[in-house]
Amino acid sequence: MGFNIYDFTGMTHNMHVSFMEHMSPLMTTIVEWTIIGVCYLLFIALFGLFLVYAERKVCAMFQQRMGPMRVGYWGLLQTIADFIKLLMKELITPKGVDKFLYNLAPFIIMIATFMAMAVLPFAKGLQTLDFDIGVFYVTAVSSIGVIGILIAGWSSNNKYSLIGAMRSGAQILSYELSVSLSLVTMIILAGSMQLSVIVEGQRDAWFIFKGHVPALIAFVIFLIAGTAETNRGPFDLAEAESELTAGFHTEYSGIKFAFFFLAEYINMFIVAAMAVTVFLGGWMPLHFGSLESFNHVMDFIPPLVWFFLKVGGVIFLIMWFKWTFPRLRVDQILTLEWKYLLPINLVNILLMSLVVLTKFHL
Amino acid sequence: MSETKEIIISTDKIHTDQYLVNMGPQHPSTHGVLRLLVSLEGEVVHHIQPHVGYIHSGIEKMCEAISYPQIIHLTDRMDYLSAHMNNEAVALCVENALQVEVPDRVKYIRTIMDELSRLASHQLWWCVMGMDLGALTTFFYGLRDREHILDIFEETCGARMTVNYNLPGGLMFDIHPNFQKRVKDFLKEFKTKLPEYDELLTGNVIFRQRVDNIGHLTLEDAIAWGVTGPSGRGSGFSCDVRKHQPYSAYPMVQFEEKLDTKGDSFVRYRLRIEEMWESIHIIEQLIDNIPEGDYAVKMKGVIKLPEGEFYQRVESARGEFGVYIVSDGKKNPYRVKFRSPGFSNLFALNKMAAGHKIADLVAIMSTLDLVIPDIDR
Repeated sequence: MGFNIYDFTGMTHNMHVSFMEHMSPLMTTIVEWTIIGVCYLLFIALFGLFLVYAERKVCAMFQQRMGPMRVGYWGLLQTIADFIKLLMKELITPKGVDKFLYNLAPFIIMIATFMAMAVLPFAKGLQTLDFDIGVFYVTAVSSIGVIGILIAGWSSNNKYSLIGAMRSGAQILSYELSVSLSLVTMIILAGSMQLSVIVEGQRDAWFIFKGHVPALIAFVIFLIAGTAETNRGPFDLAEAESELTAGFHTEYSGIKFAFFFLAEYINMFIVAAMAVTVFLGGWMPLHFGSLESFNHVMDFIPPLVWFFLKVGGVIFLIMWFKWTFPRLRVDQILTLEWKYLLPINLVNILLMSLVVLTKFHL
Repeated sequence: MSETKEIIISTDKIHTDQYLVNMGPQHPSTHGVLRLLVSLEGEVVHHIQPHVGYIHSGIEKMCEAISYPQIIHLTDRMDYLSAHMNNEAVALCVENALQVEVPDRVKYIRTIMDELSRLASHQLWWCVMGMDLGALTTFFYGLRDREHILDIFEETCGARMTVNYNLPGGLMFDIHPNFQKRVKDFLKEFKTKLPEYDELLTGNVIFRQRVDNIGHLTLEDAIAWGVTGPSGRGSGFSCDVRKHQPYSAYPMVQFEEKLDTKGDSFVRYRLRIEEMWESIHIIEQLIDNIPEGDYAVKMKGVIKLPEGEFYQRVESARGEFGVYIVSDGKKNPYRVKFRSPGFSNLFALNKMAAGHKIADLVAIMSTLDLVIPDIDR
């Protein structure tokens, strides 16, 4: 089947061709969908668990302790044990909840997460959907998640949940703007919304270097707004532990809680992956214009490794500020967005347009 | 089901109202079983009604049935973070009633232990303050340094928090031979660690936005509600018992009473950090000069106070802690009343937090440094 760690297009193409030889087109589609679905499920479950473990280790590092150490080597199996515990826990439905919505909410959040995953390019040829509106699609589907949060808060019949959900609604709605606008800035530079084209465009230099100052500003804004959109500290108002106990998922237990928990981490991965794809060259290796031998060495590292290294770096950054900063207040969060990030973003788009118009980036 | 549901739909306009939220008795930021009945208008806090009594343990009533040395053991269950100050208050009260003069060695050791307790208490307060604002890392920084103090306590008297080190007339035991060295080592280390607190939290933009100009308490209100300790001094209320009614070795040391008139959350925060520096300063003056002598005065087997009323106040980590004993000449008191700082401070919360957001309520509450058993005795 021609497995090539640097380019998956051949492999996937050969698989498709061999399926078509043996099965009807409909069957082929079904089989391919199943394979992709299982891959994503496995990836989300395993990578989500790994992120939980990583977060615990990173936060332990900041807090001068060891983190999980007992289950497995260096506590590697700790999150799996925790997940099994969550699976076996009783699902409690409190009195007075809106049962249909209450049970629906975790799935909406999970579905939104899955949908956003579909377009992420992991490596060359390792991308399920490659539309011409890829970036737009990600911003669109990732905002479905907020409906899940609102429903969860509303249906839980708990005042804390409701406050948390309303905060989250206001926050995500506002920060959606910044996320989209900072992506728009980069689309102007890339000239396309198709994620594979955006990545290809960064063969010589990543957009964050190519786009000069506007790209840097857009990156910082994207990181801030992305963190806010995933409801992570210092923007974790929706589940502000010290104020609202656990916010919108206070009343959820067992696997339903695990869904919210997992979705939060996978959303963090999606934000990091988008930041990597749009700003940091996706799976492209690090290249410097004239250093031929250096570029050659960098080419030798497989794209998948590049992608996950960069994603890991961004995720570490996001974790870093979660474990360092205090939480903002709800009005301060909205002030930050509407009074600072949004105007800066708009000016930044103009700047980027100027850069592109004058061909300064080439 | 025979019940019929009545559904009222107002068509003319949407009716809005305040709603009540029970913060507590089980809530992560009330640091114990405190219940605040908060009426909210959206996110804005309208009125706060604290309800206490969930862990009331009847300590004052219990004191009527036991002898004076036994009372001391109960007092460190109240404000467990300034256990030594509470113990000392009772010991001093009994000593004053009997007009016993304790040796200088006892005074010095008591004062050093006081200030170590104050440091430990303020460290824990700092941890929790950060945590209430969502900066979870502060918790581990503070506990890291507090551990050394607790180790010193453990070596000195066998207990880490509920120290029980005082007796009427002196101390239970002499200090451990290592005591001075360990305290000096700790101070040397902590002086390098305390600036980290400022680096991590004090200078942080988000933190400053959360506490600057939030939760104002005027001098009049502070006096009217009896807000003492760093919380009261933040409003300009000079209430440091160590200055105004010095006890133990406090008359012999130089230190400043930190005051500020602004009265917001940040001032209350900053005063506590400054108080830590003052505590270090006080211990440094005493630790090398502990005089030789007895660690306790020989008292009678059964201590009986003369008939009358006795009051002694000390400065605990939270404010003015008072012991009021009414004696009828028997071996146990007729009536005991403790004036705990947390109780008075808590009820000023409504003055400070009304009109702010829920998140600010949590921040303001943590600048008051509440310990619930101190409120519910």
